[in-house]
Amino acid sequence: MIWETVLLALRAIRRNVLRSSLTILGVVIGVAAVISMVTAGSGATAKVTGDIAKLGSNMLHVRPGQAMRGPGGARIASARFTTADATAITNGIAGLAAVAPTAQTARQAISGSANWATSVTGTTAFYLIVRDWVLAEGRLFSEGEERAGAGVCLIGQTVKTQLFGNGSPVGSSLRLGTISFKVIGVLEKKGQSSFGQDQDDLVIVPLRTMQRRMAGNNDVEAIYVSVLDGVPTETVQAGIEELLRERRGILAGQEDDFHVRDMKEIIDTLAGTTTVLTALLSAVAGVSLLVGGIGIMNIMMVSVTERTREIGTRLAIGALERDVLLQFLVEAVVLAFFGGLIGIIVGLCSAAVIGRIIGVPFVFKPGVIAAAFLFSGTVGVVFGYFPARKAARLNPIEALRYE
Amino acid sequence: METNILISCAGVGKTYGSGANAMQALQSVDLDIATGEFVAMMGPSGSGKSTLLNILGCIDIPSSGSYQFEDVRVERLSRDKRALLRRHFLGFIFQGFNLLNRTSALENVELPLIYRKIPPRQRRIMALEALATVGLERWWQHTPGELSGGQQQRVAIARAIVGRPRILLADEPTGNLDTARSIEIIEMLRSFNRSEGITIVMVTHEADMAAYADRRIQFQDGRIVEDSSREVS
Ligand SMILES: Nc1ncnc2c1ncn2[C@@H]1O[C@H](COP(=O)(O)OP(=O)(O)OP(=O)(O)O)[C@@H](O)[C@H]1O
Ligand SMILES: [Mg+2]
Repeated sequence: MIWETVLLALRAIRRNVLRSSLTILGVVIGVAAVISMVTAGSGATAKVTGDIAKLGSNMLHVRPGQAMRGPGGARIASARFTTADATAITNGIAGLAAVAPTAQTARQAISGSANWATSVTGTTAFYLIVRDWVLAEGRLFSEGEERAGAGVCLIGQTVKTQLFGNGSPVGSSLRLGTISFKVIGVLEKKGQSSFGQDQDDLVIVPLRTMQRRMAGNNDVEAIYVSVLDGVPTETVQAGIEELLRERRGILAGQEDDFHVRDMKEIIDTLAGTTTVLTALLSAVAGVSLLVGGIGIMNIMMVSVTERTREIGTRLAIGALERDVLLQFLVEAVVLAFFGGLIGIIVGLCSAAVIGRIIGVPFVFKPGVIAAAFLFSGTVGVVFGYFPARKAARLNPIEALRYE
Repeated sequence: METNILISCAGVGKTYGSGANAMQALQSVDLDIATGEFVAMMGPSGSGKSTLLNILGCIDIPSSGSYQFEDVRVERLSRDKRALLRRHFLGFIFQGFNLLNRTSALENVELPLIYRKIPPRQRRIMALEALATVGLERWWQHTPGELSGGQQQRVAIARAIVGRPRILLADEPTGNLDTARSIEIIEMLRSFNRSEGITIVMVTHEADMAAYADRRIQFQDGRIVEDSSREVS
């Protein structure tokens, strides 16, 4: 019986294809929006998580100043680190793969007539180990160059193209501000970070060079620490905290004036952010699904009015209220289902396109598809019920006389 | 001489609307119809013929009085119970065919059987038989739009008789047809009455058609003013 009712509904829908398609348009858009948001959102989360794992999930990041606590928690200016702090960590803590002190600044990079504003990182060769980064060509800083603060640099792919085009820049020179550097290596392409930053837009110089010739101080802004595989980062983190408290003369009971961050924390925060964003966007998309449901209700009401005589005939011939109710309810559900099906296809396609544009992978989530089907079915039942009840409650006498 | 009373109305009245708009379509109708009778109801427009037919067909209930179908007091039944009564015991030919548009003759005839939950194969056989009875077996695929008025009325008749009802109620079955078609239809109805013993109550305003019936009832202002089978005071 239910199968026959479905066939009947299909026929009623086919009878007016154009109107039926317009009816389900709202549901199509709603479902498509939800699906594409959730799919693109999961893609973004996957990308962020993957990216940070690539940064090295066993990486610690040590900075002066207190960790931010809540909104508006101003960072208290604290004493900078020095190269000696980095050395102390290297010598005092077990289980480390590499330690890289860094300082950063921004400069205009100039080569011949080419001119490019970029960021300059002063660090040691270990930085590339910590960041899991390799050279595309050339060589790293030698120990001697690092110690002497020589005028040599490594450049990222973006800087390379901006200043040197397609040719090999190794051996050429460039100026950062007024200081001249020799390019000794080119970094491999790393692409955009999760924040949309171009990670290849940088010049790396020896830390000593930056301190002496560019910043004019001995400051280290941050120390990157890479923990050996199998060594718990928590232990290392605690060791570094203890060591630095001692070195910075912080008494028991006083708060740290620096903080050690585990990359995992950052992953969680970022993944959390994308999840919240996805949820918000999906909620907005859900509203359009609601509007789609109202569209179905609207057209079903019209359809019931148009088919008053048919309903009257059915009732007079012996249809029960529930037979008529079921007929129109099934029609609404079948309509909504079609809407859901088309919406899922459209949603997945647009998620694939969006993913390609913003550069996140396509993550197929079967759960979302099932939920979308369920949801559109529910929309059909909820918004089909009212018109179906109107049909079922018609007075057969009046329905038969209806013109 | 009546052997078996099928339908019995006692003081049936019907009022439409209420208060100042109240319109008394039927006033205290007493009427018994026996199994196997062929009754014609006549009377001027607005005299309450359709109203009574709808009550006899359990589509409507009287505002006053009682209506008994076999031994069921119809006015006491719920809406759904009356629908079941219609489903199983009654056949209707409506004033103006009321076939489903864009639905084949066969499917139109199958409709009452669907609600009786008869399985598709058997349903199809029964519907084709009914169409054959009205001489439309070759037209089963055609939709009402592709059939003439007379053919449409015959489909409507097939739909009314396909479930072998106890009683067939016809509201002006020849109203929209020319004389030749009308005679065809009325003879068809009479043959059902004669050969299958189906009780028929038919509303008509044509005396020629009424002449085919065994019993003629005349209406005036919501009352029976003449009944060929008895004296009405
Ligand atoms: N649903 C209704 N609401 C209000 N008044 C109605 C309704 N149905 C019928 N009437 C009124 O009741 C009276 C009887 O109507 P009915 O349809 O029974 O007449 P009839 O004898 O069948 O006439 P006709 O030969 O024109 O079909 C008419 O005056 C009509 O206007
Ligand atoms: Mg009438």
